[in-house]
Amino acid sequence: MPERTFRVNGEQVTVNVPDDVRLLWVLRDVLGITGPKYGCGINVCKACTSHLNGKEVNPCAIPVKDLQPADEVTTIEGLPATVGRELHPMQQAWLDHDVVQCGYCQPGQIMAAVALVRRVAAQGRAITDDDLDGLRNICRCGTYFRIREAVKAGAANM
Amino acid sequence: MRESIGRRRFLGYVLAAPTLVTAAEIGLRPTVAAASSAEFQLPSPGITDIVDLNDLMTVAAAPTSGLISVGVGQDGMVSFALPRAEVGQGITTSTAMLIAEELSVPLDRVRVTLADARPELVFNQLTGGSNTTFATYTPIRVAAAIARRRLLEAAAIELGSAVTDLSVRDGMIVDRSGRSIGFGALADKAASVRIEQVSVELTPRESFTVIGKPHSRIDALDAVTGRKKFAMDLDVPDAKPTMVCRAPTLNGKVGSVANLAEVRAMAGVTDVVVISTGVAVRAETFGQCIDAVRALRVSWKPGTAAGKSDEIVRRELERAELSLGLPPLTPTVEGKFTFYFRGNSALETNCAIADVRADRAEIWSALKSPIVAQRTIAAKLGLAPSRVAVHVVQGGGSFGRKLFFDAALEAAEVSQKIGKPVRLMWHRADDARQGRVHPMATSRVRVSYLGGTVLGYEQRHTSVATDLGHGLGEIITATAAQLPVGDIGFSETFFLLSQTMPYNFGATSQLLSETDKGFNTGSMRNVYSPDVACARELIVDQLAARMRKDPYRFRRDFLRDDRSRAVLDKVAEVGGWGRALPAGTAQGIAFHAEYKSVSAALVEIDCRPETVNRPIREGVAGPRVTRAVFAVDVGLAVNPRGLEAQMMGGISDGIALALTSSLHLRDGYFLEASWDNYFYTRQWNTPLALQIIVMPSTSEQPGGAGELGVAPAMAAVACAYGRATGTMPTSFPINHGTLSFEPKPTVPPVPPSPTDGLSHAR
Ligand code: FES
Ligand code: FES
Repeated sequence: MPERTFRVNGEQVTVNVPDDVRLLWVLRDVLGITGPKYGCGINVCKACTSHLNGKEVNPCAIPVKDLQPADEVTTIEGLPATVGRELHPMQQAWLDHDVVQCGYCQPGQIMAAVALVRRVAAQGRAITDDDLDGLRNICRCGTYFRIREAVKAGAANM
Repeated sequence: MRESIGRRRFLGYVLAAPTLVTAAEIGLRPTVAAASSAEFQLPSPGITDIVDLNDLMTVAAAPTSGLISVGVGQDGMVSFALPRAEVGQGITTSTAMLIAEELSVPLDRVRVTLADARPELVFNQLTGGSNTTFATYTPIRVAAAIARRRLLEAAAIELGSAVTDLSVRDGMIVDRSGRSIGFGALADKAASVRIEQVSVELTPRESFTVIGKPHSRIDALDAVTGRKKFAMDLDVPDAKPTMVCRAPTLNGKVGSVANLAEVRAMAGVTDVVVISTGVAVRAETFGQCIDAVRALRVSWKPGTAAGKSDEIVRRELERAELSLGLPPLTPTVEGKFTFYFRGNSALETNCAIADVRADRAEIWSALKSPIVAQRTIAAKLGLAPSRVAVHVVQGGGSFGRKLFFDAALEAAEVSQKIGKPVRLMWHRADDARQGRVHPMATSRVRVSYLGGTVLGYEQRHTSVATDLGHGLGEIITATAAQLPVGDIGFSETFFLLSQTMPYNFGATSQLLSETDKGFNTGSMRNVYSPDVACARELIVDQLAARMRKDPYRFRRDFLRDDRSRAVLDKVAEVGGWGRALPAGTAQGIAFHAEYKSVSAALVEIDCRPETVNRPIREGVAGPRVTRAVFAVDVGLAVNPRGLEAQMMGGISDGIALALTSSLHLRDGYFLEASWDNYFYTRQWNTPLALQIIVMPSTSEQPGGAGELGVAPAMAAVACAYGRATGTMPTSFPINHGTLSFEPKPTVPPVPPSPTDGLSHAR
């Protein structure tokens, strides 16, 4: 079986899996990193949202062979370390607004929110309702409104 | 002696254990018996005035001997195993709050876990009907209060002071001179070597410092850091990923498989086996399971809904509808409403881990009826129930799904057949197409009136049969005989018990008729109420118009009590009822009472074409609920912040049910196969302004809340839509007639995993 090497949450990993296995399963089933959740497997629910080299991606749609040794995958578990703190400001905002209900969608929601704030900041503007409407992550518990509030608060501290 | 126990005193136990363990009987209610009947002396009494579902579930529980216990450890931690399932509704947090209140211990020193299946609890380990807080409120506090008393007594000996000179603060016991001793140091000294019965008083409501104050969820940190473990995240040795290849039609069974050997030889695949629901594949990763499921060539036998469509079921419902009888001579308002099938999938799909050996089995899953699951799985495996350990895991949502244990039963079957542990998960496409649905239903309402008086209200609800065979049904059948409902089945009893008539509408008759058991059904954050209430509230708007009254004033005039009027007034006031809005936009208002709670919703909706037709990629835009105001009175809100969260979720559901979410049945299968087909509320459908008002406590007892918000929210959105467009909607969701997606193939049953993820990086 081919060996694949890349970085996850700041560490070099090497896995022995067929080329076409999607990154989500490499993370969850092979590496035991269970923060990214399965909710559809076809890149629509966004429960698996993680970052690749700082950008928002959905690992359920990335064959592991697409990763290069220098590629850095960040899952919710590795998010605090990207800012060198116990908790990322977005996670803190989630706590402050008590966003979580069942929690299943929330790792993906937070990773998507962080990426949104970075994109908007790169455009040198503040988050709008349209930006928030553009978050595609499903929350079947219906926590959407608190998510909106938390993203705005998290953005202020990022 | 029971006779000597006055008001506010409760009996409980100190159990024999090395460290302190105290207990109370679950189902224990306050000794004040007369209060609840007095509360319901209202005009035109219906069955719910005498006893409602919560009473029934609580009464059903009373004779059981199951104790729930609070333990104090040498580390000073207080522990409690809750015999319920946490699926997002926040009951672990509210439970920890009850214990923190009675024990004066900080919330973070209370560890609440979920109890394994405990058959001796009989009816008392079922999470449903928004009953948890209602049924556990008293016994949990009694157990905690006994622990407090024992700790005080032990501390008195240690510190050489009288109990009356001691106080409890932050998990410490302090005497007058300021000397203190921690709970941990007292854990063994306060323990007992034999069971002792003890009576205690509970903290009176006026002295609460924890209950009734907003608290954030105790599991929030775990959830936002990805540490919270759901069933599929558990590390059970050798429990490898497993998925099932399912039929193209609902509940179709395997005829034959053409390429078993070929699929067994695929990369990563360890086992392929035919089971009662399809062909199970076990592999090193779920990705390889998906590939193997797609590679299987199976011939299928027809399913249980062969050839059926929405239209065929609609005609079945028409035939099953009970007659309203001859129209009265007085004027009437009448309407008939259709509610299409809806999926009750949670975001976590059906899943379970099973490790079945020759003489025992172990199951891990989010289960709201673990005792029934244990019994059913044991029967299927040919084991004694005592040989099947059932662990209840925190669930990623439920909405009715987790009352059933479809995945646990399947996982047990696969594990037994292949002789290996399995981590079985349904693909989203399976969860959408073969998973349980909220049944399609119609509701006909007729109201007769004369002048300003409403003479009678009749509602005939006709529904595809709802499967209540998860234990809730057993509670009803076990208790129904004692109720004045005559000789009817438990669905009908359940319907009567869950439907209240909140208005003074004279003679009321609400009846249920069911048909067609060919579907996999279940409740969906309530069984009947959202549809029944939506139909009722739309007719109330019509009636108000007929009597030339404002919808809010009309409701206010006909509501039966002050508590109900208070929530209605609140949303009207905060929401600015009647404020001027542009054409194509409107307000809607609705009221609903259930679970001894009352609630009202006011929404504003924008139905202007530029809003309805705003472009959304792979989603449905539709009218936008721009604002929602919600008021709720649950009697006593244990955790107002959690209660608000539940109402917020209910509003998201209500919007979906009214506007966008349904399943389309064609040729014996549901077309929807994922979230890009099934349009649950998304950010672009979420109100831009939302206010939830938790009313001050009006009772000594908490009412139910988990499902409460859906009905009034759905009804208010429907009413607002009717007022904005000038046409009362009669079919739900309003966009059901338009198929907004390209259906995915049914063979293979699951879609391919995409490969273009990198190109979407942003
Ligand atoms: S599981 Fe990856 S987007 Fe749904
Ligand atoms: S919190 Fe349950 S799905 Fe979002």
